[in-house]
Amino acid sequence: MPSPVLADLAAARLHVVTGKGGVGKTTVAASLALALASTGKRVLVIEVEGRQGLSQTFDVAPLGVEEVRLVAHHSGGELWGLSIDAKAALLEYLQLFYKLGRAGSALEKVGAIDFATTIAPGVRDVLLTGKIYEAAGRPRGGRGSKQRGLHYDALVVDAPPTGRAVRFLNVNAGLADVAKVGPIRSQADSITAMLRDTRTLVHMVTLLEEMPVQESLDGLRDLAAAGLHLGAIVVNQIREPHLSPAHLTALAGSDDDLDETLRTELTSAGLRPTGPMVKGLVSEGRDHALRLDLQDDMAAEIAAAGRPVIELPALTDGVEDGGIAVLADELLDQGVR
Amino acid sequence: MTARKDTEHPRLEVDALLADPGVGIIVCCGSGGVGKTTTAAALGIRAAEAGRKVVVLTIDPARRLAQALGLTELDNTPRPVAGVDLAAGGSLDAMMLDMKRTFDEVVETHATPDKAEQILANPFYQAVSSSFAGTQEYMAMEKLGQLRSQAVADGRWDLIVVDTPPSRSALDFLDAPKRLGSFLDGRFVRLLMAPAKAGGRAYLKVFSVGVDLAQRTVSRVLGGQLLMDVQTFVAALDTMFGGFRERADVTYALLKEDTTAFVVVASPDRDALREAAFFVDRLGAERMPLAGVVVNRLQALGASALSASRAEDGVEQLIEAGEGESLTAGLLGLHADLASTAARQHGVVSRFAANHPDVPMTSVAAAATDVHDLDGLREVGRLLSG
Repeated sequence: MPSPVLADLAAARLHVVTGKGGVGKTTVAASLALALASTGKRVLVIEVEGRQGLSQTFDVAPLGVEEVRLVAHHSGGELWGLSIDAKAALLEYLQLFYKLGRAGSALEKVGAIDFATTIAPGVRDVLLTGKIYEAAGRPRGGRGSKQRGLHYDALVVDAPPTGRAVRFLNVNAGLADVAKVGPIRSQADSITAMLRDTRTLVHMVTLLEEMPVQESLDGLRDLAAAGLHLGAIVVNQIREPHLSPAHLTALAGSDDDLDETLRTELTSAGLRPTGPMVKGLVSEGRDHALRLDLQDDMAAEIAAAGRPVIELPALTDGVEDGGIAVLADELLDQGVR
Repeated sequence: MTARKDTEHPRLEVDALLADPGVGIIVCCGSGGVGKTTTAAALGIRAAEAGRKVVVLTIDPARRLAQALGLTELDNTPRPVAGVDLAAGGSLDAMMLDMKRTFDEVVETHATPDKAEQILANPFYQAVSSSFAGTQEYMAMEKLGQLRSQAVADGRWDLIVVDTPPSRSALDFLDAPKRLGSFLDGRFVRLLMAPAKAGGRAYLKVFSVGVDLAQRTVSRVLGGQLLMDVQTFVAALDTMFGGFRERADVTYALLKEDTTAFVVVASPDRDALREAAFFVDRLGAERMPLAGVVVNRLQALGASALSASRAEDGVEQLIEAGEGESLTAGLLGLHADLASTAARQHGVVSRFAANHPDVPMTSVAAAATDVHDLDGLREVGRLLSG
């Protein structure tokens, strides 16, 4: 059953995916983009940290500054990919707004481009989000086209991890201290308007483990405080529950009882029960019970955050071999449009 | 549970590493989310309880781990960790890096009082010292240098364990300080300072056309105020350039000494191990001493002799016998899942091992619950030493 709260998602155009390092942000961003593309939309998925996580996920050549088509879906939807590079974005920006052919290369020569893209605080983030702004606002038919409508129906950003995401998305605050007026400031203002629009949603990816959940909840608070709109909490890598409540009760019983039960049942299973096998299965079961308890606590904390929750299964074979498509289908089943 | 017992692969002997009086610094690095901080804290406790006088420098610990170490406030000062067994004559201090304060201290140390005041009040400095993408790495290095000097001076510590910042890439820890150093010493900074030093510099004349154009452009794009702030900042910093670069160079050199040991931490998945491989190769290229790789949170199996496919067959038989709801069916299904995860992890770890035959490795089995107290850290330390 699609959750009614996911209606917000259907209205969104810009999806920003963040979360603690190692929780699967890139996988979730890729799956979300693929899910949206399979509903007939033209979608752009963007990475901003130059990790080439998307090209590895989709098993294509490294992405560059040119948008490339990753998937053409039979619904008519298309998925395009882009890896934004701050330096290329700055040169493109200077060319676009200042027509700086020669000054661009002069700037490069004296190290000003390096300065602006790696050292100057906030400037790098304005450039990266500025490129997203350009792609999001690009009219159908390309720059300067008179056609109605927009080139992309939806954009998905594989954003930096939670700790840096707030600064990344709060470009105005980053610049406020250093640039009070001037062109880069007004550029930052337009970007901020886009990021704070209700059609831009920040999704938080987490695992049902203490540290990621804690960091996610802190992150959600910081994002909301920065004036950003929160989307879903995506709980990733959920393990299939193998044990029922009755099983868990049985596991809490005495070792001797369990030994007897397991030996009988393992024989029916066609296996020859040994001491280590029985002990091993019981200890795996008890560890699993502890993990389930912890997961319940974590799930309750997530539910208390009051955001729509999307659950994605752990893929036993990893994300290779069509894992992204499995997760995209899962997202569609849960009402993502 | 060790992944490597079945092969001839060299093992990272953690206890030998911690006991080696010739090792004074252990740097824990790796990509985000692999358990660097936990590993650093676990190594610190184990070393302290074995008799070393240890200080652990953490960068951005999770709240409960910080609490376990008694790090309730970010005050940039190492403090004793309560609850550590000091019977062997060791000690354990821990601290959390305050990057802004560390940067301020560098300025205060290297500039005259009024110059320092001028720098600290500069808006551009304030932004750089609290939000520049590489400041955390640079200041972690700086703090490491400071702790080392203090250790040499007063003998309070004989082992420093450093956690590295949660960077985009593990390599940032090595590269960011140089990047800041080369910026401070670079041509662009000279260019920004040109108005203050106009004339007399022949090399500037060569570039004067480009410089002029570049300067006008920078001013147009960034706005005049920002440019002026940067110029004032750079002019004020000029007097301490030497100090800055020298310190960065000294710390970088420290990382190459035999008394330093890098421990690369990874989780048993493709991406984290790829990042670990980059880092291992880079350490080799820089001739930096790698102690080995820790593969964290490896899936442990209770019934390791039972394969996933035999467990699945067992489930099938139980279902056919009408016992699909039995406890054993549940446990066998769970085991099949765990065993195939373990097999996949074993595959990626073995590939890494095969590509790095000389790199010692050890692994830590995943705990059923998260680690957030000293006992949990002791358990990780015990697993690390195998």
